[in-house]
This record gives sequence, C-alpha cells and structure tokens, in this order.
Amino acid sequence: MRYLLLINAGELDLTGGAVGCEPEDWMRFDKEIQESGVVVASESLADLVTATRVQVDNDGKRTVTDGPFAETREVLGGFYVIDVPDLDVALDWAARCPGSRAGGSVVVRPVAEFPGA
Amino acid sequence: MDQVEAVFREERGRLLAALCRRYGDLDLAEEVTSEAIEAALVRWPVDGVPPNPGGWLMTTARRKAVDRLRRDQVYAAKLAVMQVEADRAAPPATGDELPDERLQLFFTCAHPALAAEDRGALTLRCLAGLTTPEVARAYLVPVATMAKRIVRAKKKIREARIPFRVPGADELPERLPGVLQVIYSIFTEGYAASSGPFLQRIDVAEEAIRLARILHRLLPGEREVIGLLGLMLLTHARRDARTGPGGALILLEEQDRGRWDRAMIEEGRELVVAALTGGPAGPYAVQAAIAAVHDEAADFATTDWPQIVALYDVLFTIDPSPVVALNRAAAIAMRDGPEAGLALLDELADEPRLRAYHPYALARADLLHRLGRLPEATTAYEEALASAGTEPEREHVRRRIEETQP
Repeated sequence: MRYLLLINAGELDLTGGAVGCEPEDWMRFDKEIQESGVVVASESLADLVTATRVQVDNDGKRTVTDGPFAETREVLGGFYVIDVPDLDVALDWAARCPGSRAGGSVVVRPVAEFPGA
Repeated sequence: MDQVEAVFREERGRLLAALCRRYGDLDLAEEVTSEAIEAALVRWPVDGVPPNPGGWLMTTARRKAVDRLRRDQVYAAKLAVMQVEADRAAPPATGDELPDERLQLFFTCAHPALAAEDRGALTLRCLAGLTTPEVARAYLVPVATMAKRIVRAKKKIREARIPFRVPGADELPERLPGVLQVIYSIFTEGYAASSGPFLQRIDVAEEAIRLARILHRLLPGEREVIGLLGLMLLTHARRDARTGPGGALILLEEQDRGRWDRAMIEEGRELVVAALTGGPAGPYAVQAAIAAVHDEAADFATTDWPQIVALYDVLFTIDPSPVVALNRAAAIAMRDGPEAGLALLDELADEPRLRAYHPYALARADLLHRLGRLPEATTAYEEALASAGTEPEREHVRRRIEETQP
C-alpha cells in the first residue's frame, strides 16, 4: 500500500532551513529509506518564495499570483511516496524522518486505490 | 443479562478477532460473526448446543466468509492482496510475540491514528460485543451519530490500513497505555458520566471491568493492566453508596461504608499488591493504591491521609498534570488543614485545564466553606454549579450554596 508522507517544516532559521535539523540528519535518513527499497517517489521542494498559485474561475479566466506564503507556521518542504504493508510501518518511517522533529510534522496520507488500476 | 446472550457476547469478540486475523478485514469479520451467531440462535434450540460451541461458530463463520468471497470476486481479490501484504508485515508469530487473537483487536481499536472518541466506541462494539445502539446509549449520543462514528473509524482502519497486529515487545510500552486509556475512559464514562440526568451508569462501568479482565487474561504479566483492573474494582466497589434516593450524589466523606462491596475490595487489594510488586509502579497501580487506602479506612476522618499524600507525590512524579496536583492539594487539605490545601489550589488557578473544571471549582469552594469564608465560598460554588455536567452534581452544589447563606 502506498502512502504519501507530507513533510511540514516547523520553525525556520534565517537561511530557510528547519531549526534543529542538520543536513546530515536528512542525508542519513534519505540514504536509509532509499536503501530499504520502499520509496516510490520523493522530492524536496524549492524555497517557498518561489511558489506561484494558479486559479481558473468559472469564466475560464486564469489568475496567477505570487505565493502563497504561508501565514501558518508550517511549510510544506517535501514529500516521500512509500510502498509499505500497513499504516504502522508508514508511521514508523514518518517518525524517523527529521521533518517530524523540532516543531515540524509529517502527515501520512494513504494513496487512493481504484479497482482495476 | 440473559445467560445465552452473555455467552454470545464473550464469543463474539473471540470470533471476530480470529476472523480479523484470518481475513484482515473488519467488515467481513463482523458480517460473518453476526451471521454465525444468528445461525446458532436458530440451530441450537433445535439441535442442542454443540459440544464445542466456539468451534461450531468458527466453522460456520468461515463457511459464510467463503460464500461471501465466492459471490464477490473483486472483494476477494482485494482481500487476497491485503492478506499477502499482512503476512509480509507480520510474519508468523515467534516466541517473542504474545499469542491470542483478541489482543490484536484491542490494539487496533485503540490505535492512536483513530479519533480518541472513536476508540472507546469501537472497543465496546468489537471486544465487549455491544451493538451500535448499546454503544450509543453508553455515550449518550443518538444511534445515528454513533453509527456514523463507527463507520468512519472502520473506514479509516480499512482505507489507511491500520493493521491487526500486536505490537512487538519493544513497542508495547508505547502502545499499551493507549489501550488502558480506552478502557479507563469507558469506565469513567460509566462511573462519572460527563453529562446527563444520572451520575453513574453501572452497566457501562461493568463493561469496562469486563474488558480489563479479558485484557488481564491476555497479558497476565503486565502490571499496569493489573493496576487498572484493581483501580476500577476498588472504585466500583463503592457504587451502591455513591448515590442516594433519586440518584443524588453522595460524596466519599458521607458514604455509608457498610454498603461498599467487600468482596470486590478484597479482589482489588490483591491486585494492587501485584501491581506494585517488582519495579517502579505505573500510574494505574499508584491510583489503585490510593483507592485501596480509602477503601480500607473505617471513615473519612481516620483515613490515612499522610499515606494518600505520599502516594499522590509518587503519582505526580509519573504524571505531573494539573488534575493530579488538584487531588494532591485536596489530600493535603485533609492532612494539614484547609488553609494549606487552599494555598495549593490557588497556585493552580491559571492552569487552562482546570478552568471550568468542575472538581477544581468544587474543591476550592469546599475549602473556603470549611474556613468559614462564606461569601467567597458562595461565589466558588456558583462557578462549580456552572461547570457541573450532570443533574445530581448540580443538585449537590445547590445544597452547598444554601448552607453558605447567612
């Protein structure tokens, strides 16, 4: 079963890195999870200032805006899609992810399965 | 409860757990469990009760499951995939794991990924064998509301794939408290209903005790399970003395201790000894010990208050919560006088968890009352009145307010 791990950074330091998470922590975690063979896809997202929002209204008019720059404290920083047997295994990986520490969190969402897919 | 019904309730949980393990699907397991029990209710009065009733039910349920899977190939294919994955996740039990099928179901129903309010409901339904209307009655919510909650919880189990498995020995210390919390919250819902016309609902409390007994049989060596069972028995032993005519609340200090259930106290005391033996005590064991000290006292005044304060000190080191601090302050008021207790309560005034918390307002009002500070006591009682959840509690506070009037 596939699960999406949405990594929300907690407090950010002045350079935009998550407080309390060293790059080495991430490298160690990424190596571990990649080598375990459960990763289907994974990306880390570019800085939030690069985000652009697109909305199309009922008349088909496109609106493009800079942002959004989260008012909230948590910022989506990256994700993993993993294929593991059940939620407990997914939660274990989420708990090992450095993004779950230092005020950050990892949201675990099962990927919907459609019959015949 | 009807004798036959009691047998089926017990069997229902067993059967359901075994079928969950076999098929990895709660819906299918529930469906065929019900069908097997219905079949038994039809067959047994005619053919007689089979020599092995549990085996008969299991065979019947499995036959029904095979029929169902034959009819629905898509479902069967999906289950087969899940089963392969489940085997991958939980290889056949080794000596390190705890054998018994119901234990897995306890952990699934109390899984932290489920909404806290749904865990108790699911546990009552799957392990205590209550129907959805019975579970709704236990929580004083409309049947439709409860049905929706149970459907939601089962959907999460199925679609997020919460596994049916017993946590390994290394995970158990983290996961077992969640199961105990579910059972205890069912008990407190029965012992001290959070709302409604009645103070206590004895049948709900007894379901919690029954669940704890099952869990104790499954995990005989877990001292916190022993502690929880002891705590509930030592508390439940006072049930007949806790309410007077018309369901009025009778506080510990005013209870007729002759109406306490001595046999239950005796059983609880033995459990407390076991729960406290062999290493540092857990929070349920310490709370059970406190209940035991109360149950052993001939009356309220001669209760061993220094002992109770000492136990609250221990409890506070394990669980430094404002509620424990409140109970400790109340015990200190008994040991050292109301002034000492009031000073401690006032230190807790800014705790968000105690704001509008009925026991806090009431304890403070009682100490002001005892100190003769009547106008302040009246104000505090009025706060307690506003935060009381049940009618007997409100009635009790109204009586106190009258006593404080000049």
